[in-house]
Amino acid sequence: MHELAITESILSIANQAAEENRGSKVTDIYLVIGQLSSIVDDSVQFYWDHISLGTVSEGAKLHFERRPAILRCKTCDHQYPLGEILQRCPKCQSADVYIESGEELLVDHIDILREEL
Amino acid sequence: MPQRVEIVKRIMDANDRLAQNNQAILDQHHVYGINLMASPGAGKTSFILETIKRLPAGIKLGVIEGDTAPVTIDADKIVAAGMPAVQINTGGDCHLDANMIEMALAELPLEDLDLIIVENVGNLICPAAFQLGTHANVLIASVPEGDDKPYKYPNIYRGLDVLIINKIDLAPYIDFRMDYFQQGVELLNPGLKTFALSAKTGEGFEAWIAWLTDKVIAK
Repeated sequence: MHELAITESILSIANQAAEENRGSKVTDIYLVIGQLSSIVDDSVQFYWDHISLGTVSEGAKLHFERRPAILRCKTCDHQYPLGEILQRCPKCQSADVYIESGEELLVDHIDILREEL
Repeated sequence: MPQRVEIVKRIMDANDRLAQNNQAILDQHHVYGINLMASPGAGKTSFILETIKRLPAGIKLGVIEGDTAPVTIDADKIVAAGMPAVQINTGGDCHLDANMIEMALAELPLEDLDLIIVENVGNLICPAAFQLGTHANVLIASVPEGDDKPYKYPNIYRGLDVLIINKIDLAPYIDFRMDYFQQGVELLNPGLKTFALSAKTGEGFEAWIAWLTDKVIAK
């Protein structure tokens, strides 16, 4: 349920970017969420619908791009996706592996409507 | 037509910046900070109390207690042990964040302290996402929780600096495969500093206290 804090942070980033770019309305927000980020999309959406009310981001559509977790073996350089359970390098059985991607938690970009000048 | 605004900003950025600031405050006062995490009932408070009892006399410790409800049971025990404690009531929230720590630090006599232990909310998921600005992330895993926890909660294990395996006095009564548990830990966090101990019997505490004392003196 730490999604509330995450969602508040998304709102503050979007509102600030809108203000800096003289946006009158944020229409879409594009998020990049790694598989390892333990974020539940529905939960973020639920909080979003409440906390964005009355702000420039009210009604903006949230887009979730999920990035799979990719591991790389430090011993043989083999790259492989993280399965259901954590496993050693399938090629050389080394346990010396690191996470190459899948930890992302980003606001990538937003779409805004500009104020009429 | 809507216009695209590129941002590419980490959502945790605001928290992480506050965390950096907290660490600067601790460094300035030469205080070593520990973020102590665990599931409910792993023995966080009794581990802190036993640590207080065994620390060299010159080391002054303060505790920040995170709780989801306004009960001061844990903070009261710390104060009774003669150390300053600040209680943070998260109001149902499942974790502590850097902002709460900043407020709690302001209430502690930092100039008189050498060490701060933050007792995080009992939870293995949410606290892993929030850096607090402490110098070490420490997790207590207790034997009765089972040997599969690294496999089920990989995120919290990946961010650790120290792992405490508590309640080893219960090992004879529980099917806890230490090798299976440690295999999982090794995959997530190779070479992780680990202390196996019992906060009830005091077994295994010497090594932990020696490690902690070194860190505090180095500050």
